[in-house]
Amino acid sequence: MQAIIEIKHLSYRYEKESVLEDINITIPDGSFLAIVGPNGSGKSTLLKLVLGLLKLQRGDILLFGQEISKFRDWQKIGYVSQKANSFNTGFPATVFEVVSSGLTKKLGLFTFFKKEHKEKVIEALEAVGMAEFSQRNIGELSGGQQQRVFIARALVSEPNLLILDEPTVGVDAENVHSFYEMLGDLNTSRGITLLLVTHDIGTISDKVTHVACLNKHLHFHGDTDEFEQVSSKGLSKVYGHDVHVLAHNHEHGGVKN
Amino acid sequence: MIEGIFHYEFLQNAFLTGLLIGILAPLLGVFIVVRRLSLIADALSHVTLAGIAASLLIENKLTMMAGLNPLYMGMVFSVGGSLFIEKLRGVYKQYQELAIPIIMSGGIGLGVIFISLANGFNTDLYSYLFGSVSAVSRTDLWVILGISMIVILIIIFLYKELFLLSFDEEHAKASGIPAKSIHFIFIVMVALVIAASMRIVGILLVSSLMTLPVAASIRIAKGFKQTILFSVLFGELSVLGGLFTAYYLDLAPGGTIVMLAVLILIMAIFYKKMTSGLGGGAK
Repeated sequence: MQAIIEIKHLSYRYEKESVLEDINITIPDGSFLAIVGPNGSGKSTLLKLVLGLLKLQRGDILLFGQEISKFRDWQKIGYVSQKANSFNTGFPATVFEVVSSGLTKKLGLFTFFKKEHKEKVIEALEAVGMAEFSQRNIGELSGGQQQRVFIARALVSEPNLLILDEPTVGVDAENVHSFYEMLGDLNTSRGITLLLVTHDIGTISDKVTHVACLNKHLHFHGDTDEFEQVSSKGLSKVYGHDVHVLAHNHEHGGVKN
Repeated sequence: MIEGIFHYEFLQNAFLTGLLIGILAPLLGVFIVVRRLSLIADALSHVTLAGIAASLLIENKLTMMAGLNPLYMGMVFSVGGSLFIEKLRGVYKQYQELAIPIIMSGGIGLGVIFISLANGFNTDLYSYLFGSVSAVSRTDLWVILGISMIVILIIIFLYKELFLLSFDEEHAKASGIPAKSIHFIFIVMVALVIAASMRIVGILLVSSLMTLPVAASIRIAKGFKQTILFSVLFGELSVLGGLFTAYYLDLAPGGTIVMLAVLILIMAIFYKKMTSGLGGGAK
């Protein structure tokens, strides 16, 4: 199976402070990887490196088999940042308009929307279960619904890989389950590789196929079954039917917040 | 006024210029308001004042330059001011709004010096401050028509990019669209439209024409396109309604236009209150 992302011996430091040390992660095509770690564990730095927003210092990152410095196919990668709490909720745009804006780069300058693009927008909204809200203003929706809209915006340009930064932050606790269902559906029925980063170590859905625990070093990287075995040694409480509770023992001193 | 339009060229000029400004100011105003840049319009209008005053001064001191249209100098100052604001926003990254009072006071200061050098206020300057229907010349109309066509074409062709930049600047930059260049084009358009609008509503009231119709529209519109549509509609209602009312009641047109825009805004707020009071809020 082809690896979508290969991270090899990656280290990164901000001036004197080391944030990541010798990280090795492989993300196979079609997998759903959750990287978990406390605040300040280097998750965001790792994401920025993968997205090419920070320059590599040591180590390599291969995207779709290509070195990141030579990689140009950025439309293969969809990125959903921590939007729910940072955008202007009073913005007068419909859900449809917001999702359409995901096609801006793909269409290029001086081009217009055609019927086929509208269909793509509707399809992306259906994929996240938000089609019926397409004519609502984005500000009228709940945090979780807005998050789904932003995922649709990333989906509309048909990426192979979707990267989500703390996607459940704005989602109500009771909706987290169905949110993961939706992500799992994107993963299994649409074959989109998912990379999700979260500090919420308490809840990782069984939709996730692989887990990586990060806190400056990589403490665990493997599939969910292995992970369950490792984590159940210390902790076997279970919150819900298909939500695993993870103990995260890596917060030893070091970096916090 | 209707029959007057057929007879008097100055009424034709005022009416057609008003028609164009009624489209342009709210059209750009939508992008300004949603990007929280409302005060930029105010700052630039004061820089335009400095340009007008400079032009009047030159006209006064150099007889060979008599007949120079102050609109041109106003535009040059306005565009220069807009570029300066961008520069300052880069310098004060953490205090971006600081650029606006700096430019505004700079503009007023410069304007006051030019006015005093030109031996104080005269009726010409007064007409630029508060707008004047009779002051609009045929040349003004042609220049404003040219600006209108350019601005409308740019908005149509860069609509996607302008929308993305307004809604989510970070995402726009990350997705690789030329965000900087598009923002630059946008701010120059704003500067041009401000200089063009001052003939009708006057420098002190220009920014209201960019913000009030949009403020009303945002209350009741659904989606971004509808917000633009309603803003232009309210802008036209204010400008044309204001010109007619001012003509028949012999009032200052600039003030009448703005007060009409305020009235529309109040009505929009009440309309929203009533409809959401009845439950639902949607039409």
